[in-house]
Amino acid sequence: MSTRRKFLLGTVGVAVAGTALVVGWGLMPVRQRLTGSQPLPAAAGQHVFNGWLKIDIDDTVTVMVPKSEMGQGVLTALAMVLADELDADWSQVRTAHPPLDAIYNNLSTVVDGLPFHPDDDGRLKRLAGTLTAKTMREIGLQVTGGSSSLKDLWLPMREAGASARAMLVVAAAQTWGVPAAECSVANGQVRHAASQRGLRFGELAERAARLPLPDKPVLKTAAQFTLIGQPMRRREAAAKQDGSAVFGIDTLQPGQRYASLLMCPTLGGQVASFDAKAALAMPGVLQVVAVPPLRGGTGGVAAIAGTPWQAMVAAKAVEVQWNHGPAAALSSAGITSQLKQQLADDDGFAYFQHGDAATALKQAARTLQAEYSAPLLTHATLEPQNCTVLYTPDAKDGPRATVWAPTQVPGLARWVAARALGLDSDQVAMNVTLLGGGFGRRLEVDFIAQAAHIARALPGQPVQTFWTREQDSTHDFYRPPCVARYQAGFDNQGRLTAWQAHSAGPSIVQQFLGRQFGLPGAGPDKTTAEGAFDQPYEWPNARISHAIVALPVPVGFWRSVGHSHHAFFKESFVDEAAHVAGQDPLAFRLALLQRHPRHAAVLQRAADLADWGQPLAPAADGAPRARGIALHQSFGSIVAQVAEVSLDPADARRIRVHRVVVAIDCGTAVNPSHIRQQMEGGVVFGLSAALYGEVTLAAGQVQQTNFHQQPMLRGADCPVIETTILASTAPPEGVGEPGTPPTAPAVANALFALTGQRLRSLPLRLA
Amino acid sequence: MTTTLQVNGKPQTVAATPDTPLLWVLRGDLQMTGTKFGCGIALCGACTVQIDGVATRSCVTPLSAVGSRHVTTIDGLQGREITALRDAWTELDVVQCGYCQSGQLVSAAALLAATPQPSDADIDAAMDGNLCRCGTYPRIRAGIHRAAVLLAGAS
Repeated sequence: MSTRRKFLLGTVGVAVAGTALVVGWGLMPVRQRLTGSQPLPAAAGQHVFNGWLKIDIDDTVTVMVPKSEMGQGVLTALAMVLADELDADWSQVRTAHPPLDAIYNNLSTVVDGLPFHPDDDGRLKRLAGTLTAKTMREIGLQVTGGSSSLKDLWLPMREAGASARAMLVVAAAQTWGVPAAECSVANGQVRHAASQRGLRFGELAERAARLPLPDKPVLKTAAQFTLIGQPMRRREAAAKQDGSAVFGIDTLQPGQRYASLLMCPTLGGQVASFDAKAALAMPGVLQVVAVPPLRGGTGGVAAIAGTPWQAMVAAKAVEVQWNHGPAAALSSAGITSQLKQQLADDDGFAYFQHGDAATALKQAARTLQAEYSAPLLTHATLEPQNCTVLYTPDAKDGPRATVWAPTQVPGLARWVAARALGLDSDQVAMNVTLLGGGFGRRLEVDFIAQAAHIARALPGQPVQTFWTREQDSTHDFYRPPCVARYQAGFDNQGRLTAWQAHSAGPSIVQQFLGRQFGLPGAGPDKTTAEGAFDQPYEWPNARISHAIVALPVPVGFWRSVGHSHHAFFKESFVDEAAHVAGQDPLAFRLALLQRHPRHAAVLQRAADLADWGQPLAPAADGAPRARGIALHQSFGSIVAQVAEVSLDPADARRIRVHRVVVAIDCGTAVNPSHIRQQMEGGVVFGLSAALYGEVTLAAGQVQQTNFHQQPMLRGADCPVIETTILASTAPPEGVGEPGTPPTAPAVANALFALTGQRLRSLPLRLA
Repeated sequence: MTTTLQVNGKPQTVAATPDTPLLWVLRGDLQMTGTKFGCGIALCGACTVQIDGVATRSCVTPLSAVGSRHVTTIDGLQGREITALRDAWTELDVVQCGYCQSGQLVSAAALLAATPQPSDADIDAAMDGNLCRCGTYPRIRAGIHRAAVLLAGAS
């Protein structure tokens, strides 16, 4: 077995929390995700059909959605999928979070995390995928992330709906004494046309739910979909428009107290000693407790009081001596220099090789080289981190706890809360609230463990720990910094003959597994190179590699993860190569996509809609405009963007983006309105980062403490964003993240066309 | 010591100290969580309420500054403007995570009450303080224009 394959299995081993790959498990078919280990709790008059669906005698259809709603529309879209196969009346459909259970664990995002190229459909990939999926399901990884919710639950939701539909038909047929084949279903009713009889789901639910599960429920063809493909409105929109929607920070439990933190300003630091006399004397203050660094977080002191403001004021009044820890040696300049050093000295791990790039470069008639860099970035969810915990050690049935949190990982959150309280997971009830933004920040459980630790100080009273914006900005798990060196070789005719990309930066997965499970960092991490190696271009000879740099700055998953910087590096260098070769950037890319018609179609569609190649009129104030193009595949979807850019005549360094045209192929478009919203959101997120995003460190302390130091895109500067969705009947792929990676390079490429300046680092700053 | 203030047409008496920001009086003492906390320094707009109809960042407005003026929060906002905005928001699928939307709608309602047919420049000026991390800006703009159309048609 080659070294590369050993490394890949090693990665899978690391990814399964240190347990050896378990052999001998059969592949669990989709239908074994139909029913959980415990029946769902059901109110009077409510009938449980399977782990995903309950139907009430009043016709209410409740779809159990084990995903966190953070604006991506997952509650609505997944309800649509089940309701379509069920042929439910959409106006009767509601959603609810199920209790934690293995059947809800997210498989596809973990499998997609294995370091395979999308074009690779080999045996090793399938084997590693199957084993990882099985192990992840058993360990318990209910995750909303990786743009995977629809992909993960597409078949289970459809099976659940189709299965229940079949049971309802049998129940009706038995009631009427007619063959099931003569019955039809539409809009929450089963009908027997021949005898003109009908029964509503509510009338059938009790009888139907007791029937055996059908062996092979028949799924609809795409032509039969009634809801899937329609721009159904979000179920929770009204509550978000009238202030009644409950986010984590809005949790209000009877007798609730509030905790505010003063955390060590140095990342990962902890309390050496503290003096709480002044704080404890303040109105409403109940306790002041020290909190150690937990789950990758930073230590501090928490002031617990009767109201949020009392807690915030008291926390600021605690006097603390800090043990700053190893991060105190970190500075931005030091980080950059370490990354560049390792880029030069460490060959790292090759995620993709084809042909012999090194030789091809040596033999090239002409070569091109460029170095790129991208900084640390903050998530800045508008809802700061928070978690509410009620610890009841004296409950009648033994010690218990209840947690309310805006989390993307409820199983992991429950587990760390339990550990912080000295409990087992099944003694802790987990409630997932709405999330005021996720973007990957809520995959972390530092604030969960912290809140549980704090609640231990006030048994029997619910305590909400919430962070200020300052604490949030300075104690994030940042998008990792990265540097890259790209090299290309050309022959005498200007054709590309070699492509080499090498990058260096910290590993999110190694850090994540370390802080959650205590695993030592080892083996390759796909996220360090995704966006660089897993792309459709047909490089004649290529080598794409990454060297992992260990740094004591906490790094985490930021919307589109490794794609967020690698797309900028790669699509900028493709553009540079096109210009060196004397070719139009669109034509240059198309020539490298001859065996990838899907990708070529997406690129061409964006180009056509943007009138690529046609003259571009100046802006309203006369400033000339130029276009830039970028193509990127991530999370299973293909996105191309064209950005139209000008400079402010009053300030030649101020970049204005007027319009971004987006084309996406994401397989079946379950809810086209959601997809458009995610493309708009992804572009705005990417553009904010491209123009302004930068986190700097001095003595291990993040210098950007609040929004006055973190400029972001505002409404007035937001471009017009036009999205087109390519038609497809393939299974749905990711949508939440793929809109972000192409934006920075599309804008940078436009700036080159406009000014001749090639910007190779983010944020984009013109000379 | 207690303070009485007018919130959504009703007097509320609270024990909060006079320097407590209005935001925290609302969320903490009155348990009205519709108004959100985002930054605490009036740079994100999540905390926007109306005081005598004027859009105001409640995170930097101390209780002592409110006096007898009328505070209106997202929960209590009524009238033609907010109704038209909510209809437009629903029609155009504006919201994503929704956390900024209380502040967005309170600011937009104040804008439409003062300027029933706002230009893009009017919208830019009035909404500049309301940040959205999910990127709903294009739909907010379209939603305000749509609400203006609905208001004009209904009168």
